[in-house]
Amino acid sequence: MADARPRGEDTPRTWREYPIVQLTLARYREFYREPEAMFWTFVFPLLMAAGLGVAFRSRPPEVIPIALVQELAGTSAAATALSKERQLDLRTVSDSTGRRLLRTGKVALLVVPTDSQAVEFRFDNTRPEAVTARRIVDDALQRGRGRTDPVAVGEDIVTDRGSRYIDFLVPGLLGMNLMSSSMWGIGFSVVDQRRKRLLKRFVATPMSRPQYLASFVLARLSLLVIEVAFLVGMGALVFDVPVRGSLLALGVVSLLGTLAFGGLGLLVAARPKTVEAASGMMNFSMLPMWVLSGVFFSSSNFPDAIQPFIQALPLTALNDALRANMLEGAGFLQLAGELGIMAAWLLATFPIALKIFRWQ
Amino acid sequence: MTASPALPLPALAIRGLQKRYGPVQAVAGIDLTVARGECFGLLGPNGAGKTTTIEICEGLTEADAGEVSILGLTHREHAAEIRERIGISLQETQLTEKLTVEETIALFHSFYRRRRPIAEVIAAVQLGEKRTARVGQLSGGQKQRLALACALVGDPDLFFLDEPTTGLDPQSRRQLWDLITGFKAEGRTIVITTHYMDEAEHLCDRVAIVDHGKVIALGTPRQLIAMLGSEHVVEFALDGLLVDESELIGLPGVTGVSRSDHRYQLDVTHVHRTIPALLAHLKARQSVIAELTTHTATLEDVFVHLTGRHLRDG
Ligand SMILES: Nc1ncnc2c1ncn2[C@@H]1O[C@H](COP(=O)(O)OP(=O)(O)O)[C@@H](O)[C@H]1O
Ligand SMILES: [Mg+2]
Repeated sequence: MADARPRGEDTPRTWREYPIVQLTLARYREFYREPEAMFWTFVFPLLMAAGLGVAFRSRPPEVIPIALVQELAGTSAAATALSKERQLDLRTVSDSTGRRLLRTGKVALLVVPTDSQAVEFRFDNTRPEAVTARRIVDDALQRGRGRTDPVAVGEDIVTDRGSRYIDFLVPGLLGMNLMSSSMWGIGFSVVDQRRKRLLKRFVATPMSRPQYLASFVLARLSLLVIEVAFLVGMGALVFDVPVRGSLLALGVVSLLGTLAFGGLGLLVAARPKTVEAASGMMNFSMLPMWVLSGVFFSSSNFPDAIQPFIQALPLTALNDALRANMLEGAGFLQLAGELGIMAAWLLATFPIALKIFRWQ
Repeated sequence: MTASPALPLPALAIRGLQKRYGPVQAVAGIDLTVARGECFGLLGPNGAGKTTTIEICEGLTEADAGEVSILGLTHREHAAEIRERIGISLQETQLTEKLTVEETIALFHSFYRRRRPIAEVIAAVQLGEKRTARVGQLSGGQKQRLALACALVGDPDLFFLDEPTTGLDPQSRRQLWDLITGFKAEGRTIVITTHYMDEAEHLCDRVAIVDHGKVIALGTPRQLIAMLGSEHVVEFALDGLLVDESELIGLPGVTGVSRSDHRYQLDVTHVHRTIPALLAHLKARQSVIAELTTHTATLEDVFVHLTGRHLRDG
C-alpha cells in the first residue's frame, strides 16, 4: 500500500541552507548580540595593555634625591663634585634632618663626611635607586679628588622597538585573549544550551553532531580575524609594537591557536550541566597557562625540570609563536614546532569531546 | 480481525514498554498502536509517565524493555531515517533568545533533507509579523508556535508534541489547537501529551489515559465517556454529616458514585430525575449541602471514575 504521504526527493540547497553554515551563523549571532562578550574580547585586553604599558613604560633615567650632611670638613668640596651630577638631586642638610629624610624614603642616600679624607654612605641596599645613587656618588667623589679611569667607556642606550616590555606584553596578551575568548565563548554557550534542553532538541533532529561542535570552532575563526586585527592594530598604533613577520604567518599562528583552544573549550564543556561547574573547570584548565605560559613574564623563569610540560602547553606554543613572528619576523619554518603543538591539541581534544559529549 | 496485505504499517507501534528511574517505575508496560493520520492523545496527571514514553519514541531515552516501531522503522536500525521523518516539541525547551524567529526556523530548516520553505512555515504558524523579532521577546504562545514551526519545517510524517499548551492562556491554546488540527488535515500523524481533558477531547481521535506508567483506558473520547454509563455528572459537597456512597447508588438515574472526603461525584443518566431525589434524600438524612453543580461528562470524570483522583492533583 502506498504511503499516505509519499516521501519526495530531497529538497535542493543553496549554500546558506547547509547546516554547518546555519550553525556557524547562529554561534556568530549569539556572540555579537551579547554586549558583555564583546567587552571581554575587545575592550578588556586593550585596557589591560594600556594599564601595563603605562606602568612599565620606557622613561628617561630618573633623578635620584640624595642628601649631604653639613659638616665642618670636606663638605664644600663634596658638594661641588656632586652638584655637577645630572642624575642626582642634592640637598645639604643637618645630620638629624638627613637621617629623618632617609628613614622616610625622601632621599635614597645620605652622604656623611667623617673627616676631610673620608665619607660614609648611609642607604638601604635593597632599594635599586639607592644602589645606583651610591655608585654615582662614589664615582663623582673619587673623580673630584683626581681619580682617573684606566678604561675609556662610551655609552649607547638601547630603546629599540621590539625589545621593550610592552613589545613582550602585547603578543602575550593577544595569546591569552585568544585562549580566554575561545574557552569562555564556547564553554558558556554549550553549557547554556545544555541547561535549556536545546541540545536535547537538536539531537532529536537529523543534525550532524560533529558539525554542531565544529560550528563553535568555526564561529571563533571568523571572530578571530577581527580580534587579531584589532589587538595587533591597536598595539602598533598606540604602543608602536612591531609586526615584523608576515601577516599570513601571524594569521596561521592565531588560527591554529584558536583551533587548539576551541578543541580544549569543547572538551571542558563536554560534560558539565551548570555554568558554575563549567566555570570551575575552565579556570582550572586555564590557570596553569596564565601562570606558566609566558603572558606577563618569560616562561624561561621556571625550573628546567618543568620546561617540557610548559613547552607542551598550547598557550606557550601560541605566545612563543606570536612573539617570534611579531618581534623577530619568524616565518613558517621557524614556527613549525609551535604550529605542530597547537595542531596536536586540536586533534587530541576534538574527538574526545565529541565522544564524551553530554547531549541531555 | 483479519490481516490484510493492504493494511498500511501503523505510524507508531509500542509493545511492552518499560522504563525505571531508580525506585520509580516511570513506564510500567505500555502497548499502543497509532494509525497513520490519527491524532492520538496521552492523557494523564503529572508524573504519569507521558514524557518518558514520548521521549523513548523520539529516540532520546533508552527503554529498559519493549519495542517501539515508528513508521515501520526502529531506532536501533534506522535512527537517522526516523529523525528525518518526525517533528517534535519537547516539554521544556528554551530556544536561543538571541536569535530571531526566522533565524531559528532557518537553523532547524537546514538540518533536514526534505524541507518546507521557511516563509511557508512562518505563515502556517502565524508568526509573519514576528519574523524579525528576537525569540526572547515572544509571548508564551508565540514561543510554542515557534517550537511547532521548528518541528514542521522538516515536513514530518509524525509529530510528537509533549504538553504543547501547558501554561498558555485560553486564546493561545485555541490558536495551537487550530494549528494542530491543520497538521492533521495535511495527513500528518500526531501524538500529543496533555493533562487537559478538554484538549484531548477537542483534538484527539483516540486517547490513552495513563496513570502510574500504565494505560488504564483507551478509546475515542466518546467511547471513554460512554464507559461511565451516563452522560452527566452531579457534584456536591456536604457540610457536617456525611452520607454513605451505598445510599446514593440506589437513587434514580445514578450509575456511579465516588467520594473524596466531603465531596461527592455521581455519574448520572438523567439529571432532572436524580436531583430532586438526591435533595429529598439528603434532607431526610439532615445533611446540609454546601455546593451543588452538574455538567456533561468529560474525560476528567472518566479519570476520576477510574482512579478516584483528579487529573490536576498530580
Ligand atoms: N530523568 C529522570 N530521572 C529520574 N526520575 C525521572 C526522570 N524522568 C522522569 N522521572 C520520573 O518518572 C516519572 C514519570 O515522569 P514523566 O514521564 O516526566 O511524567 P509526565 O510527563 O507524565 O508528567 C516521574 O515520577 C518522574 O519523577
Ligand atoms: Mg511530562
